[in-house]
Order: sequence, then C-alpha cells, then structure tokens
Amino acid sequence: MTHPLIEFRNVHKTLGSTYVLRGTNLKIPRGKITTIIGKSGTGKSVFFKHIIGLLTPDAGEIICDGKPMSEMTRAERWEWRGKFSYMFQNMALFDSMTVYDNVALPLDQGTSLSRDEIRTKVHERLQQLDLAGIDHKYPSELSGGMQKRVAMARALVTSPEIILFDEPTTGLDPIRKNAVHSMISEYQNKFGFTVILISHEIPDVFLITQQLCMLDEGKILFQGPPEDIQDVNDPMIHAFITGLTNPQDELTGMGTVTQGKQDYQNAMTRLKDEKSAFSIVVLTLESIDAINENLGHIKGQMILKNFSAAVQQHIRKEDSCSRRGLKQLMIVRQNAGAEDARQFCFRLAKALRKEQITNGAVPELPALNISAGFAEAPLGAAFDDVLANAGSRESTFLEFKIQ
Amino acid sequence: MAPMTTNDNKIGRPLAQPPETLLSRLFEPLGQRVVGLVNNLGAAAIFLIKALVLIFGRKQFRAIVQQINIIGAKTVNIVALVGFFTGMVMGLQLYYTLVKYGSTGVLGSAVALSIIRELGPVLTAIMITARAGSSMTAEIGIQRNSEQIDALFTMRIDPIGYLISPKIAAAIVSFPILTALFDLIGILGGYISGVVLMGVNEGAYFYRIQSSVEMTDINGGFIKSLVFAVIVSTICCYQGYFTHMRKDSYGARSVSFATTSAVVLSCVSILVADYIVTSFLL
Repeated sequence: MTHPLIEFRNVHKTLGSTYVLRGTNLKIPRGKITTIIGKSGTGKSVFFKHIIGLLTPDAGEIICDGKPMSEMTRAERWEWRGKFSYMFQNMALFDSMTVYDNVALPLDQGTSLSRDEIRTKVHERLQQLDLAGIDHKYPSELSGGMQKRVAMARALVTSPEIILFDEPTTGLDPIRKNAVHSMISEYQNKFGFTVILISHEIPDVFLITQQLCMLDEGKILFQGPPEDIQDVNDPMIHAFITGLTNPQDELTGMGTVTQGKQDYQNAMTRLKDEKSAFSIVVLTLESIDAINENLGHIKGQMILKNFSAAVQQHIRKEDSCSRRGLKQLMIVRQNAGAEDARQFCFRLAKALRKEQITNGAVPELPALNISAGFAEAPLGAAFDDVLANAGSRESTFLEFKIQ
Repeated sequence: MAPMTTNDNKIGRPLAQPPETLLSRLFEPLGQRVVGLVNNLGAAAIFLIKALVLIFGRKQFRAIVQQINIIGAKTVNIVALVGFFTGMVMGLQLYYTLVKYGSTGVLGSAVALSIIRELGPVLTAIMITARAGSSMTAEIGIQRNSEQIDALFTMRIDPIGYLISPKIAAAIVSFPILTALFDLIGILGGYISGVVLMGVNEGAYFYRIQSSVEMTDINGGFIKSLVFAVIVSTICCYQGYFTHMRKDSYGARSVSFATTSAVVLSCVSILVADYIVTSFLL
C-alpha cells in the first residue's frame, strides 16, 4: 500500500481563543518511528488528540489509512481508536491497581477474551518486558524505569498497530533515557507497529527515528529523515536544533552523530590542505541485543557506556570518537591508512577486557561480540560512501570476542 | 483589498468582544453565574443519565459488588453507632417532654415515626456522604489529575461506565439497606434510654410503635433514601470527575476543594430534597 497511515491535510483548529493548528500538513508512514519535535505549547498534544479522534479539526481533513476521518461512521471511528495505544508522559498507571490488573485492564474491559487467555497474554508481555514476578506489586512500589516498562506493557498488550508516546524520556537520566529509546526501537523492530513520538531529546532520538517532523506555531516546518534537518537553512529550525543539541552524546560522552559528520569534514579539509591521510573505524557492540533481552535495557546501556569509555582510553589525542547509532561508535583516525586502522582494531581487541566493560554483570555470557569495520577516506569522498565502505562485510570487517 | 492570509481568515479569529458599559459590568457577573449554574446542572443531568444507562453494561456486576462493599458494608458500623445514639437521645429528650403531659406511653410511636420518616434517611445519607462520598470524590479527582481517566479514554473504556456507574448503582442498593439498619438500631436506642433507663412501660413502647407506624411511613423513608442515594453519588462523582475544570484551584488543592464542595453540596441537597420529597409524601 502506497498511501501513508495518517495524513493531515491543511488542518486548522482553534481551542477557546487560541489558534492552535494553522494549516498542518503531515504524512505519517506505516511501520516506522516518526518523531514530532517542537517548542512547548506548539500544539503537539492537540495534534495527538486529532490523530486519535478525541478532537476534530475546524477545517482541513485527516486521512486515516486512506479514508477521510470526517466520512467515517461512528463504528469506524471506534474501530480506528482501537488501533492505538497511548503512552502518557507521566505513565498514567492506575495507582490503586496491581501491575497485573493495570496491564490486564484493556483486555478485560475492551475484549471478550476469557480470564485464562488474558492471563496468558499479560504474562507474555510482562515476560517480554523483563517484568516477570511483579504481578502483585503496586506502581508506587516500583522504580521509575520499571513503571515506564509497565506502562509500555499496558500499551503493547492489545497488540496495537500504532503507539503514541508523549515525551517518554522526560526527566530520566542518560542511561534510562537511552534504555527507553532502545526499548522503543527494539519492540518496534520486533512487533512492527507504527510509532509516533513526541520528544525533546535531540539528538538522542535521532538514533531511533526514521522520520522527523518539526511543529511550530501549528505548522509543520520540517518533515523528513533526521539527518536532513541539519542541512535545512531555515533560521528558526536551525536555532531550535542547535539550541537543544548537546555537542556531546550524554550516554557515551563522545560526539553526537552530527559531530561525527563534522569531524569527518574537518579531517577531509586537512587531507586536502596537508595531504594527511585518515581512516574511519566503526565499532559495533553486537552483544547488546542479547544483553537487552536477558538483562534489561538499563544494563545494556550501562555496558554500552562502559564500552565507550574503554574505547576512548585507547584512542590518540588527535583522533575523534562519536556515536553512530544505538550500538555503534565511529572513530576518525588521523594520519592513518587502512593498514594502521586494521592494526588499531587488533590492538583494541587485545586490550579490551570483558570484566572492565560489564563490571561482572553478565557472567553467563562467555564473551562480548564486537565487530569492527574500517576504511581509508579517499580525497573528496562523501562521508556516507566511506562509512558504507567501512561497514561492508567483504572488504574490511573484523569480529572480535572479548573475554 | 489585500489577499487574506491564513491568520486573517475566519477560522482562527477569536470572536469580537462588545464594549464594556456600566450595565454590562453590573449584570455580566450575575449572568455568568446563572449560565454557569444552568450549565453545571445540565452537565450533571447528562452525567447521571449516562451513568445510569451504563450500569447495565457488560462486566459491571463484579464492580458493583465491590462498590457495595466499600459504600455499604464498610459504612455499617458508623451508621449503627450514629443510629444507636440518635435513638438514645430521642428517647431521652422525648421522655422529658412527654412526662410533662403525662403521656410517656406514646414514646414508642414518637421515636419510631421521627426516625423512620425523617432522621433515618437523612442521617444515614449524611453519614454515607461523610464516609464514602468524600472518598469517592477524592479518588476520582486524583484519577482525573493523574490522567488515569484520559488513559481509560485512550483504551476505549468509557470512564463513566467504568468508574461512575458502579458507584451510583452501589449507592442505590446500599442507601435503603443502611437506612433500614439505622431505623432498627435507632428504635433499639430509644428503647434503651426510654424503657431501660427511664422506666417507660416496655409493652406500651412496642405496642405504640406497632399501632402508629404504617407501611406508607416505611416506604416514604425508603423513597427518600433512594432519592438521597442518587443525589449524593451524583454530586460526589461529578465533583471528582470534573476536578480539572475547577477555576478556583489546581492539582492537589483542587482535589481537596472538590471533596469539600462535594460534602457541603451533598448535605445541603439532602436537606432541600428532604423537604421537597416530604411535601409530596404527606
């Protein structure tokens, strides 16, 4: 199917005396993560309420799965709302109900499943989210991260097609923030639902999102892949992005994805001017998926943090290191050809110790799998091409097991 | 004429305000209050009708039984205690009044009729308001403030059906039963103070009760208790459900204000409704 899952066509909405949506045009693709960014009070939650059908536009049209919402019958709207789950910013768990009852509620009230079927489904979700054995606890007895996971279990238990996340990481520390992002990304991959996310976590959220939309004054200023937003010339977008962007990735303490690109450009300038060769090395912590699954995402993020710190100890002063993805780091190695980069990878493989990275957290895991790719940058080569070359399996790809 | 931009068109423009005059300054607040009151009454009526209809929804039986436990069963002790002492005081006061006229023999009918017709339904309703009504408002108010009610909406669960209907149904079941309990224990209280302590003839006490109390008195008491059940549960649930719409306060304070309003409004409404229902019954 070619049509987008949700499409806003010139939607206007006034609430009281406030003109909130001023001709919003937006397409939300199916099965992807779409992130909505924008200043507070720019109509993001009003936008969410329109998607779910709690508010209707004053003018314009919302096309849901190819059908205009205004032409939907009551039953069809009800059906449409059944495709959604909504994860609130403050979780909105029922604090007088146990974890089990919280997760079971949408099934108990909204479906005609038997008690046994509900129990099986709830336990399956709790298990998947690493929450087994806490059925009888109340939300207030759980840590913030666990409450988030319970809220996520409740959102996932009805197997929704679309999940709306309203600032899921606000107020969390870098490890937990990254853990929530990695959770959203993992479950989105696993279950294939569509995610619409409101977030202020720039640039962290760029690591998981496939489409970025910037809402300002009720209009969409930007819509496209996150890497493109940096190249937009609009001063408003530029000011917003740079205002929020931390030059360092909070979790790893390394440069951000954008910073990495900048490092490459700087090295390329030096190559042009001083003819000093450089290479890029891409390190991927392959074991992280297994760690996330077995030990939870928080442990996974802690191990990623330790891994980054360990790598940083082995790079030279003139090299620069940045985060490339949820489990990937990139090093721009100055004055180094491909052979030097290869030697560096071997030295790194010998020097890294599993104990140092995991702090003894995963004794059952015999070794940490790390893959490394490297490529020397030819003069004038585009960043993406060199990066693709570094990651290509045929030429320069190494796999280490760190014990 | 300059072309219209999006900001100038009729969609986003707030309505033009008429100029302020002395008359408008005098009558506007009054008008606002009246409109607000009518709005609230209308909203409460719709709220009640919706809740009553949804009582008959699926999976409601278990929730109603749970609420009967909270509103009814857990209020038994306090209703019994208040009923007992009300009966004792009635026995004592009426004894000293009647003894002046040498007609202590009618103590039984005086105690029984005043309790069954008036005090039973009214005091039971006020006690349930104080114990269960206030907690209903606070619970729903907190659920509103912590977005739990919005979460229900997004799960396609009607919050009125899920949260309010069982409470109103449970109140309708519990109020008459607790009123009957209050009546019985009140008469027993009157017996203890009048007969046991003051020495009124035991046979006369019960004979007078039997001869003067008629089924219409008892039915009248039950009708009142049913009316009070609907009023109290609606006011308490409504105040909690619309905690977020309060203009006088926000957050935790709005819950406390809503609870206070619920209790005060319920008590006043019980007495007003008592007068109206009594005037129809007599």
